Amino acid sequence: MTAVERHNYDVVVVGAGGAGLRAAIEARGQGLRTAVICKSLFGKAHTVMAEGGIAASMGNSNPHDNWQTHFRDTLRGGKFLNQWRMAELHAQEAPERVWELETWGALFDRTKDGRIAQRNFGGHEYARLAHVGDRTGLELIRTLQQRIVALQQEDFADAGDFEARLRVFQECTVTRVLKDGERVAGVFGYERESGRFFVIEAPAVVLATGGIGKSFKVTSNSWEYTGDGHALALLAGAPLINMEFVQFHPTGMVWPPSVKGILVTEGVRGDGGVLRNSDGKRFMFDYVPEVFKDKYATSEEEADGWYADPDTHRRPPELLPRDEVARAINSEVKAGRGSPHGGVFLDIASRLPAQEIQRRLPSMHHQFRELADVDITAEPMEVGPTCHYVMGGVDVDPDTAAAGGVPGLFAAGEVAGGMHGSNRLGGNSLSDLLVFGRRAGLHAARYAQALTASQRPAVADAQVDAAAAEALRPFSAEPAEGTDGAAPAAVGAAGGAAGGAAGGAAGGAAGGAGGAVAPPENPYTLHQELQQTMNDLVGIIRKEQEMEEALTRLADLRTRSRRAGVEGHRQFNPGWHLAIDLRNMLLVSECVARAALERTESRGGHTRDDHPQMDRRWRGVNLVCELASPPDQLAAQDPAAGQITLRRRDMPPIRADLLDLFEKDELRKYLTDEELGQ
Amino acid sequence: MSYTGHFRVWRGDAEGGELKDFEVEVNEGEVVLDVIHRLQATQAHDLAVRWNCKAGKCGSCSAEVNGRPRLMCMTRMSVFAEDETVTVTPMRAFPVLRDLVTDVSFNYAKAREIPSFVPPPGLAPGEYRMAQQDVGRSQEFRKCIECFLCQDTCHVVRDHEENKPDFAGPRFLMRIAELDMHPLDAAAETGLDRARTAQDVHGLGYCNITKCCTEVCPEQIHITDNALIPMKERTADRKYDPLVWLGDRIFRRDK
Ligand code: SF4
Ligand code: SF4
Ligand code: FES
Repeated sequence: MTAVERHNYDVVVVGAGGAGLRAAIEARGQGLRTAVICKSLFGKAHTVMAEGGIAASMGNSNPHDNWQTHFRDTLRGGKFLNQWRMAELHAQEAPERVWELETWGALFDRTKDGRIAQRNFGGHEYARLAHVGDRTGLELIRTLQQRIVALQQEDFADAGDFEARLRVFQECTVTRVLKDGERVAGVFGYERESGRFFVIEAPAVVLATGGIGKSFKVTSNSWEYTGDGHALALLAGAPLINMEFVQFHPTGMVWPPSVKGILVTEGVRGDGGVLRNSDGKRFMFDYVPEVFKDKYATSEEEADGWYADPDTHRRPPELLPRDEVARAINSEVKAGRGSPHGGVFLDIASRLPAQEIQRRLPSMHHQFRELADVDITAEPMEVGPTCHYVMGGVDVDPDTAAAGGVPGLFAAGEVAGGMHGSNRLGGNSLSDLLVFGRRAGLHAARYAQALTASQRPAVADAQVDAAAAEALRPFSAEPAEGTDGAAPAAVGAAGGAAGGAAGGAAGGAAGGAGGAVAPPENPYTLHQELQQTMNDLVGIIRKEQEMEEALTRLADLRTRSRRAGVEGHRQFNPGWHLAIDLRNMLLVSECVARAALERTESRGGHTRDDHPQMDRRWRGVNLVCELASPPDQLAAQDPAAGQITLRRRDMPPIRADLLDLFEKDELRKYLTDEELGQ
Repeated sequence: MSYTGHFRVWRGDAEGGELKDFEVEVNEGEVVLDVIHRLQATQAHDLAVRWNCKAGKCGSCSAEVNGRPRLMCMTRMSVFAEDETVTVTPMRAFPVLRDLVTDVSFNYAKAREIPSFVPPPGLAPGEYRMAQQDVGRSQEFRKCIECFLCQDTCHVVRDHEENKPDFAGPRFLMRIAELDMHPLDAAAETGLDRARTAQDVHGLGYCNITKCCTEVCPEQIHITDNALIPMKERTADRKYDPLVWLGDRIFRRDK
């Protein structure tokens, strides 16, 4: 039996971004002993990178706003594929969640009369985003972090121990959700610093691990975004939905290469920035799709008038939902009208006075000056699409955030699927984190509370041993498991294509030898090949043959990843960490590729070159991914079979009173005649 | 465009370590963190380094580059000559865990010692009203990304381990100032004089306003001028007449 440190909690939250921290605050608020586990230091989660704001229909900037309008915008953005009950709860509860942050010390930018100011964003009918300049995510994370500290101070006053009821395990990675029969029994993980394993026994686990962007080469996501929660859920037996929908944010930096993909906030466009091609043309007017024709301006005069007088002007097309803008940029570049480094121009300099730009967009100003030698108050930025967000995720109950089929497992935030349908609106992520983070924490707490002591699940030693063996595999040069790992076998550095960030070798040429003494693989090389594969073959524009090719390459990478070897020690060893994360990235990448291959239409964050139209018959269909074969079994290496099975599932019909919020004419664009007839 | 750069990177752990030399490819537009990542991918798979955003927003990648506390992701390679050796070492004020990763738990412990925001009684969520000019001061301090470079730099603790128990450091003294200047913080009503505790409990008196913290702050927060000095001035005044301070608060609230 592997000797590991064991802890016991009522609720374990995996992930310390907005959703995870909000869930933990709620579970602790219900009086339960709560643990939060995060891969980075406390307060560094990816949420800090969110820039634009939190969407909530508080009506401070435009009194016409209300939850119904927000709900409508959210469904339009998601092309009606949203889990409508989630979209409803989200629109209704977002204002409370924002106001609550103020009571915890958050300081948003203000309106003239002292209320929370709201800014315009793509797809939102009214100025709706609570914000702090362009660093809203930082404010959100810091506020929640400080709220947790405040709760810990209360516990210290009560019990003399800051961590009596709420403890953050920072720089720890969870590799398995443990189960007792069907039910969740806890988690297994390792401390990044020491490499030591630990088990937290708990009847309820909330996954709040964020997204999967690190499977793509050009991404705005940090190293943490390796799809951990998605994979943990699959491995625990919970299904994922909507994995074909991946959001490419239209504006990432494109130059210099080392910053390619870093986000340029949508706030630039919300505050008046426009997109131009190499001819200087504002091309977005040419890309307003049929479903949005009557909502967007057709001339520059009308568009420019909207900023001052939104009630009598239609919106500028630069503020279309993200999927539309990203595709438009892609087309302009393909047509040879791109900027020198393969993007288009985003111009705020000619639209606002320099001082105003610095006030409203301080971090963009700083980022471009420091990293690209561009002064955005004087010259345009070069931008292009970057992988930003996954709409797909754990299939959850809309009210309780409970994952399907695994009692005790919950999911909230980016790792949960459904809320955003086929495309998320900007600003709806931070509000999603708060609304469903709270719900997940609440219902996880209730679930745990309802169990008597004798009903609490137990962690079996065999599961712990298996998890430990799996985590140690990268240290043994041969597939046979090393059980102890204290003295890892040194392996020769895998040579070859490890090149620079630009290393383009996507081919599987290095793999090949399936024999007994195949050399160990360099995890960094495998990761680069995976990223290149997903970027090139399952990226922003997709084709059948390319996705089939991607599945073949993924199978090859899966085989090779079993030989991913690392050298050195278990103490803070990033090569080892990456080798473990590869399992997760390969699992979620296969989900994305399989689902994308299956859906023969284009909708939101899924664009098929060979099926360019949106098809109403696909509107009510979710593609559900489930684990077919555990990663350590041979079937997983057969490209045709793979690890994932896919099935279609009809979505529940949208409730009638919610449908009534839309005009019949608009609904006809999305729903089939049968659906409308009902 | 590309050249071979000379890097010296500290490698080791709590037991000790040494500077190791590397020859590594450097490309146009890169930052120090890119080169460290290339070392990881090609020559030293187990080189320990913290990072997240690679855009100066998370404050994870703090280290000392040629002896200066910096964010590695915001330090352009173009600031060095091609034949210059770039030396990267862990932050000096904190114990090393491994390679460039240090134990920054000092900062988390200090964060817990600062009393939290006290919400104003009688105001429900959604009823908060604050003028932009009043929140602006605290907002400047809330730009802090907790990179802890200021904590690393401040001479009060940089080479004086013995001062750590009594000194919160610029980042957390600034946190006190932030709450003290929050237009709706109700700490005073509970009998807590934040500026006074900065002086009496959190070691503001150790600070002799050298401004080194301000110089290294990647967010360009005016830590010394806008947070520390005003607090020092106010505590100096208040020592003589605490009522002035209370009156000031009440006046501000009613405005
Ligand atoms: S100004 Fe004060 S806090 Fe800042 S570095 Fe100098 S002594 Fe330290
Ligand atoms: S005040 Fe500046 S230097 Fe200090 S931790 Fe915050 S961001 Fe870093
Ligand atoms: S990696 Fe986030 S600040 Fe450098």
